[in-house]
Amino acid sequence: MSEHVLSSKMYYGIWIALMILTVVTARVAFIDLGPFNTVVALVIATCKALLVVLFFMHVKYASEKLVKMVIFASIFWLLLLLLLSLADYGTRYAKHG
Amino acid sequence: MSDSPAAVEQQHGPELLHHFTSVEQQRDAASLGMWLFLGTEIMFFGGMFLAYLIYRLWYFNEFAAGSRSLDITLGTVNTIVLICSSLTVALGVRAAQMGKRKLLVILLLLTLIFGLAFLGIKGVEWYAKYKEHHIPGASFDVSDLIRDYPQIHIDPAHAQIYFSLYFAMTGLHALHMIIGVGLFTYLLYHAAKGRYGPEYYTPIEMGGLYWHFVDVVWIYLFPLLYLIDRKPLG
Repeated sequence: MSEHVLSSKMYYGIWIALMILTVVTARVAFIDLGPFNTVVALVIATCKALLVVLFFMHVKYASEKLVKMVIFASIFWLLLLLLLSLADYGTRYAKHG
Repeated sequence: MSDSPAAVEQQHGPELLHHFTSVEQQRDAASLGMWLFLGTEIMFFGGMFLAYLIYRLWYFNEFAAGSRSLDITLGTVNTIVLICSSLTVALGVRAAQMGKRKLLVILLLLTLIFGLAFLGIKGVEWYAKYKEHHIPGASFDVSDLIRDYPQIHIDPAHAQIYFSLYFAMTGLHALHMIIGVGLFTYLLYHAAKGRYGPEYYTPIEMGGLYWHFVDVVWIYLFPLLYLIDRKPLG
């Protein structure tokens, strides 16, 4: 993963994209999109996270398959935790409080 | 170079430790280890994110009111500060790869400044919460939120859960930032002494992975804590 020296132009490009997405997500939060406010905010956050992980953290260029497997397994585990737990708590009849 | 034990032993140094066959193998081992550590960090933060999501599902009104009480300008500025610091880290790794020592030192210094700026702004936000009595505990008081948002029912006990999670999550994130500032001070010291170059920059790269990871955590904390429900109340 380390042999690649990426051009600094690309890093600036990713940086500009991250800045634009940050301003967009802060602005969109004030517009009423119904239940889609949360969806849009999380989709934008995931786009930003992907840009950081793939380019700043060089995962796109990682030669080591083992590293990619560790990342994939970690995210898969996180999704298991979040989605299965929310499927449980989100579908219970009794509302707390 | 022969592979005899004596010859390998002679190369002993941070560039190639004697238990590795090649520089590439040593680098791959370091990055695999770092990613495994980051995997445990994902689990560490994952539990908090789950707690947050479940309570948000249950106590949406209180979470929306609590979210509105945060300073969105400072939150956005802090997001931008962290993104800038990630850029200087990425450029720093590149400077190390190309052997530009002076540039590396400048970029590490900038990263430290951004990191400390983030913590400073976070401190200002926390102090505002202290003044507003929004810190969970004996003096916790959300009568200001109840007055400001008469459209929704706010239970102070549930609002307290929002602020507990807010302080736990931003606190844990800030702790990681403080550790990151420590790591980068170490890297800056050694970079200034000229320890890193094209043949050996693994510590810069691994420190960079840690810094970017902490940035990614904030990328999710920002919308979840600050942006949940800013739209006009019906």
